Amino acid sequence: MENSPTTTVTLTIDGREVTVPKGTTLLQAAQTIGIEVPHYCYHPGLTAPAQCRLCLVEVEGAPKLAASCVTEAGEGQVVRTQSEPATEMRRGVLEFYLANHPLDCPICDQSGECKLQDYVHAEGREHGRSREPKRVFGRDDFGGDVLFYGDRCVMCTRCVRFMNEKAQDPRLTVVERGNRSIIDTFFAEGVEGSPYSGNIVDICPVGALVSKDFLHKARAWDLDHTPSICPNCSQGCNIDLHTRDNLIQRMKPRDNPEVNEHWICDYGRARYEWPNRPDRIEAPFVRQGDGQVAASWEDALEALDARLSAAQGPVRAVASPFAANEDLAGLAILVDALGGGEIVFRSSRAEAEIPLPGFETLARRRDLVPNRKGAELFGMTRVGGDDATGGIEALENHEGTVIVLGDDLAEFGASFGAHAGLYVYLGSHAPSASTSASFVLPITTFAEQEGTFTNHVGRVQRFWPALRAPELARPAWAILGRLAGGLRGGAGPSAPDEAFLHAAEIVPEFEGLTYDVIGAGGAATREPAALPGS
Amino acid sequence: MAYPYTHEKEVRLLSRGWGDPATRTLAGWQAMGGYEGLRAALELGREKVIDEVKASGLRGRGGAGFPTGVKWSFMPKEKKGVHYLCCNADESEPGTFKDRELLRWTPHQVIEGCLIAAYAMQAEHAYIYCRGEFFEANQVIARAVEEAYEAGLAGENILGSGVSIDVTVHQGAGAYICGEETALMNSLEGRRGLPRVKPPFPAAAGLFRRPTTINNVETLCAVPHIVKNGGAWYRQWGSEKSPGTKIFCVSGHVVRPGNYELPLGFPLESLIHDVCGGFREGRRLKAVIPGGSSVPILSAAECVDCALDYEGVVEKGSMLGCASVIVMDDSTNIVKQVRRMVDFYAHESCGQCTPCREGTTWLSRILVRIESGRGTEEDLQTLLDLGRQMTGTTICVLSDSAAAPVASSIEKFRDDYLALIRRGEAVGAN
Repeated sequence: MENSPTTTVTLTIDGREVTVPKGTTLLQAAQTIGIEVPHYCYHPGLTAPAQCRLCLVEVEGAPKLAASCVTEAGEGQVVRTQSEPATEMRRGVLEFYLANHPLDCPICDQSGECKLQDYVHAEGREHGRSREPKRVFGRDDFGGDVLFYGDRCVMCTRCVRFMNEKAQDPRLTVVERGNRSIIDTFFAEGVEGSPYSGNIVDICPVGALVSKDFLHKARAWDLDHTPSICPNCSQGCNIDLHTRDNLIQRMKPRDNPEVNEHWICDYGRARYEWPNRPDRIEAPFVRQGDGQVAASWEDALEALDARLSAAQGPVRAVASPFAANEDLAGLAILVDALGGGEIVFRSSRAEAEIPLPGFETLARRRDLVPNRKGAELFGMTRVGGDDATGGIEALENHEGTVIVLGDDLAEFGASFGAHAGLYVYLGSHAPSASTSASFVLPITTFAEQEGTFTNHVGRVQRFWPALRAPELARPAWAILGRLAGGLRGGAGPSAPDEAFLHAAEIVPEFEGLTYDVIGAGGAATREPAALPGS
Repeated sequence: MAYPYTHEKEVRLLSRGWGDPATRTLAGWQAMGGYEGLRAALELGREKVIDEVKASGLRGRGGAGFPTGVKWSFMPKEKKGVHYLCCNADESEPGTFKDRELLRWTPHQVIEGCLIAAYAMQAEHAYIYCRGEFFEANQVIARAVEEAYEAGLAGENILGSGVSIDVTVHQGAGAYICGEETALMNSLEGRRGLPRVKPPFPAAAGLFRRPTTINNVETLCAVPHIVKNGGAWYRQWGSEKSPGTKIFCVSGHVVRPGNYELPLGFPLESLIHDVCGGFREGRRLKAVIPGGSSVPILSAAECVDCALDYEGVVEKGSMLGCASVIVMDDSTNIVKQVRRMVDFYAHESCGQCTPCREGTTWLSRILVRIESGRGTEEDLQTLLDLGRQMTGTTICVLSDSAAAPVASSIEKFRDDYLALIRRGEAVGAN
């Protein structure tokens, strides 16, 4: 591809030629060819003060080493990130960082994902030369979920800049000067109540800012990271679920410039524990007389097939907006196969959005569920109040077929569905309102299966299984697809990507989307084409 | 009241009137020919003012010695919004005390210089950033600004020329680093006084992100004289590359320390022995810091035949800086003096760049240890290494300045360090 000389520059970094848009910094240009220049104060989402002095590189012909985070790439420049002057100076800067660092890695939460560890291991001196007593600042509660260990701080000021530039809620500052400089809060409450303050823990390159919730909970190297989508509102922030011992230990933002840049809100971040809830439905249960008895999937589905074929009367179904598009598609197809019927869903709604002023695309949305938009695209209707109750009173004594997918029916008791011709409950947990169900089928949560959510603007985004589901739990799409297949003849989808294709068949907005197209970053749904004649 | 010390070899151009309370007033200053430079400038026009300053060869007196006329010509010719001039009166370099005297004795000279410079660079606002601890100077300059406004010399339509320039005195809050031009601008804007990354340079985006030039008090004080008398006239003093007069601030072990205005190129030895009256009885020269604490130390041998101009001092391995000559006789404990200087930099480091924040304190701690007899010979190598790691690696040059006296003193006075390290004996008591 020919590049216009006015909009791009070509330079050489470590002997490799690279062409980048004009205005690209040396650090970013190096990143494009996989060369990582150590840095602390630079963060792609924030302004660069060029003060950590760790990203120094040699530029041929320049009198001094250049701070690569603020030096713009120039035409024909020859840059060396690994030359003797550059590595020697960076080694020097790292030595300065360690002069007062407590080296308390064994008890530091950041250990294992610490940039000071990484860089010192990569380029630092083998032994420090400081013989002087170390400066001691101690620990400070910054409010919210944030704890500050002053002695570990490298004074990169990312946290101060995040609060100023992104949260636009200046709660942090640098006080004092020189060697006595330290990050501090203006008032005793610190960042308490600032709704995006948890991000300062993420962007802290060392263990100076740590999460109180995660404190001493797990070592970084024991955690598995799984890309996922935050299920706590309809924004659809891209996240990583960090798991250990088959439990989610914490939730971290995953970069996505289209959705959440590098950030997530504290509301979402704090609500990571519900998929860890242990009292799961462990097997398919089938009604026998007054009770429900555990059955094998084979027996349960065979019995259910028979009941569905014989089902009489209209179908009424309740879905959960926590269910994946694939699961909702399965339900829609099954209801259709049963002759059609109304599918409703209920969802919590907050009074107001909580926007991040410095990145306007991101807000904690009013809908506190991940897939409201998806449910609506499948023609499901939201009913009930903003507390996710009400709106389905008519189902309680419905005499036809009742199918519940995931809704916990919180306000109902054991008599729910007692008059139904057939009552099928698919869920991860069994509420008392599932007591009368003819079939109680264990399904997986979003954290245990592969699938997609459709966010508030119609962006379809994938998530992956982070936890091992109870042995007999199955994704809802598999169960529902198998049942619809039983009615119509033929098999249901055998894999989630196939289940998504089934969804795309019934939702015009999903046309053209596949798992490959959606990828890790998601894809926007297209506007449905106007029907001819409409 | 006579100004403490003067000498017949002085050329009292900027320091004329020091000691005479009358020069503090507008009337007194005008009686000495004050504001004639401003009138001349308004008649000459902007371009020619800059040409005259270029022709004079005037170099920045704040320490860097950059040609003033050239610096002025960096400002955009085509004005697309507000331009600013900042007068750097945050004089804080240890050993320097010339701007304070210019401010407190000849405030109108400073204001006149600001007005001419602002006019030449199309700046509508001149800020005089005055060191906070200069209480008297702050009051004197503030009063003088009021007088200038009252007389129509500042503010709207200066002397009926149609040119309007506001002058504001800003009192600093006590940080050495705010004398660094970009930190000064941040401080003026109400931010922390942290030096900024360059580029952008102030002439492109300075104060409030507008084109700005920052000049030292002494530089601006020379301007009215140059504009009034012409650039060629100014060249009668000094050398080809370093023309004009310079106020030398002499401190330390001389009989008569003080400010002396001398032609550039004046011999260092003559400054010490003739102008300042030499040393106390029985003492001889040990070392000189010729340009304020930020420049390398000269040994006694290097002071021989040292011409005090920008090139002459560089030839001897140091820099003229702001011509603050700190003289040390053989009673000096070099290690102690270097430690005190490093302490100063450690205290004044703004703390944003790591090599400076950590390095200045580290140097100081090692020096304290050596001074108290607990040093090792490896410490000397560590000091030199740290100094290298602190040089050229930071946003501003405070870090380099802290490292310079350490490295040069170890190089030139290694025996003093070794006496402390090996025998615990200090060479010199002061």
